[in-house]
Amino acid sequence: MNTDAAGLGRRRAVGFVLPALVLIGVFLVFPALWTIYLGLTDYRLTGLAAADPQVVGADNYTAAIGDDRFRTSLWLSVQYVLGSAVIGQAVLGFALAWTLRDRRGPVRRIIEGLVLLSWILPSSVVAFLWIALLDRDGGTLNALLGTPGAAWLLDHPMLSIIVFNTWRGTAFSMMLYAAALETVPPSHLETARLAGASALQQLRDVVLPRIKGHVLTNMLLISLWTFNDFTPFLITAGGPEGRSEILPFYVYTTALRGGQLGFGAAVSFLILLINLVFALAYLRLLRTRDRTRDRDRGRDHGDGGGAVSGAGPAIRGTAG
Amino acid sequence: MSAVRHVLGRIASAAFLAVVGAFFALPMLWLASAPFDAAPSITVSVPEFTLANFRAILDNPYALGSIGNSVIQAGGAAAIVVVLAALAAYALSRVRVPGRDALLYVLLLLSSVVTGTAAMVPIFELATRLDLIDTHLGVILVVSGGLLPAAIFILKDFMDATPTSYEESARVFGASPLQILWHIVVPVVRPGLATIAVWAVASVWGGFLMQYILLRDPAKAPSAVILYTLYTEGGQPNLDLISTFSLLYSLPVVLMYLFVSGRYGFRFHGGIKQ
Repeated sequence: MNTDAAGLGRRRAVGFVLPALVLIGVFLVFPALWTIYLGLTDYRLTGLAAADPQVVGADNYTAAIGDDRFRTSLWLSVQYVLGSAVIGQAVLGFALAWTLRDRRGPVRRIIEGLVLLSWILPSSVVAFLWIALLDRDGGTLNALLGTPGAAWLLDHPMLSIIVFNTWRGTAFSMMLYAAALETVPPSHLETARLAGASALQQLRDVVLPRIKGHVLTNMLLISLWTFNDFTPFLITAGGPEGRSEILPFYVYTTALRGGQLGFGAAVSFLILLINLVFALAYLRLLRTRDRTRDRDRGRDHGDGGGAVSGAGPAIRGTAG
Repeated sequence: MSAVRHVLGRIASAAFLAVVGAFFALPMLWLASAPFDAAPSITVSVPEFTLANFRAILDNPYALGSIGNSVIQAGGAAAIVVVLAALAAYALSRVRVPGRDALLYVLLLLSSVVTGTAAMVPIFELATRLDLIDTHLGVILVVSGGLLPAAIFILKDFMDATPTSYEESARVFGASPLQILWHIVVPVVRPGLATIAVWAVASVWGGFLMQYILLRDPAKAPSAVILYTLYTEGGQPNLDLISTFSLLYSLPVVLMYLFVSGRYGFRFHGGIKQ
């Protein structure tokens, strides 16, 4: 579709693209590049180093790696991603898609509606809902479990935000797996069932090979988003005593609250690099899939597997 | 044997759905009951029905204003994103600009890599130097920069899928490229533009981090930030205010999603949310 139907011409085409590119350049590309430079300086929000920052080379990076708090924070981030995304959201999302796949009617609509609602409500609202749910004195959870006085957010802060994020993000995995399961022909499942395969065997031998690509896509995207998620800050603010201080909160507290902008930029750059690994893996996967699909049935418009992939990270990225 | 297994399977799946449904509903019950409760507590209870709590919003100096701020920031960003992305996507779809595919690939990559979390330090610094701290414009420009790559990508898909024959005939009758874009292309890709607008409004409306970093003055802060300060700053949280304000602030997003799902269906089709 490269025919210049409206007679735009190259120069005007560039003029159409330019305003968007300028905005992206100034507020997305430039900050990313600037992080690299800032991370090599001792720049601070106030004081002497604010007026006249010095280049300190890799000092920030060695300082970060030597910092216990940074290492703890990185480890907590790994727990957060594994616990709430890879295990929580993906498993629960798949289980829901699988259980709901041949149901119609109100049960399906109610469950889907609830799961979606927890995904679309604004983050400051859901954060307070969870604070209220887990409250020590009057929380609904304690009333329900008969455990008055259990301080979930103080005693189990990581577990709390992991369960919270499972609740918050399962919708995406559920929808993606629901779409994936539609590509599995019912006749294959039927044949397997008649041959005496158990549900688990059907999943392993019939379903999984078909939706492998979707599983990988889902894992990469939700890991990337969860790794960059700032929402649980509204619940625990990283506390108590840094026991739920995942990497995004660490950057926020050291750089913007503590004023160590140079150091914070160095840590941000590490986050950027980790994001880059996930994104490159994902785009590679998409391209292989596109190529296979092009070979299989020609160019298919409107499907745009790439579109949601592009949209997704940005949705979470800015909403974060 | 198989019949027994089938029945057991049904029971297991019903039990699973009941537990999961309760898990997802439980935190939201408070939002449904507390705003209408004459004496809201933090525990979910059957409310002693009243609408008086909504008056608390009028008494708070920042609550109503913050909704106005959210409207300005979300509306402004959505307008910029839709207009600029439509122009760019149209040109990229119709004209083979050199390096186009590489450009699209890099845009897609950037939009996933440069998240608010990873870029908050330089963005705060940039906004400080450009005097954009505590301005609506600062928030609008920063979030638009983050939303644009994906918006261009999605809209280009929409543009690619529309036939060019109308544009050709309009050109024969002497219409200028901007006239063609406005009178012919825009009406055809309206669902795409609506999708992008709703998506942009929803993500700015619910967004927290950038607004929290860029705005210090509570008179400029959007609802996301004001709500957070209501329950974190100062003494006993005011539950009538928090509950009613949360409900009021959530409603537009919920209504928008209902509208979109009613109109276009809210499902993935081979990967895209339509």
